[in-house]
Amino acid sequence: MKNKMELTFSALSQNESFARVSVASFIAQLDPTLDELTEIKTVVSEGVTNSIIHGYENDPTGVVYISVVLEEDMVELEIRDEGLGIEDLDEALQPLYTTKPELERSGMGFTIMENFMDEMHVISHKGEGTIIRLKKHLTKTKALCN
Amino acid sequence: MSLIIEMETKNRVLCIRLKGELDHHTAAKLKQQAESVLEKQEIKHIVLNLEELTFMDSSGLGVILGRYNQIKKNKGEMVVCAISPSVKRLFDMSGLFKIIKLDISEENALQRLGVA
Repeated sequence: MKNKMELTFSALSQNESFARVSVASFIAQLDPTLDELTEIKTVVSEGVTNSIIHGYENDPTGVVYISVVLEEDMVELEIRDEGLGIEDLDEALQPLYTTKPELERSGMGFTIMENFMDEMHVISHKGEGTIIRLKKHLTKTKALCN
Repeated sequence: MSLIIEMETKNRVLCIRLKGELDHHTAAKLKQQAESVLEKQEIKHIVLNLEELTFMDSSGLGVILGRYNQIKKNKGEMVVCAISPSVKRLFDMSGLFKIIKLDISEENALQRLGVA
């Protein structure tokens, strides 16, 4: 059975915590391990922060969209914005690469997302926005019913 | 949950204790408070105690690296202590342990810096 939820919120930094906690509570019904929950929360935080800082350059009228689909032990997460888009995607995906070093960005966002999930696809068009699609299989921690 | 920042200076060592969540939103507050102490006081080293930090993302790495760069100018060192396995993974991934030292406790970190 597929189970889906969607979140739409203003591109404000105070919503980063709201976004990761909401996604984590939705996923909790699959009984993930604590490590898996932390990984997913971190990934949501990275994606949403990217949309706020890079997609909308801190313009609070921007909107961030998140959707989560649960199917058996699979989590499909999509984080989308309608912001500036990424100029050079290959460069953006490199560890430690950042276009905003003056804002003390570490350039580790995409590297962390890739590491903490099983699959990552980034679609970005200049002037249209960015979509990050991520997938993760959760380990089956549930006890077997004999 | 937001971030509670506690700062204490011991013999030119700035101890920063973080409680709560360090993300892009709360990193701004940490940057501002730590920068202000580093400008006003004569600080050589920083000990960052993350024992009660429950969440951190790459924005945390950025603000930590920023403070390291500030004290590096005066040949200071940064020691991070009491970190959780999930925060340690982020440090490992970014290679920050090549420049920032890791210790098990604040006491050990201060001893290493010759303060305790």
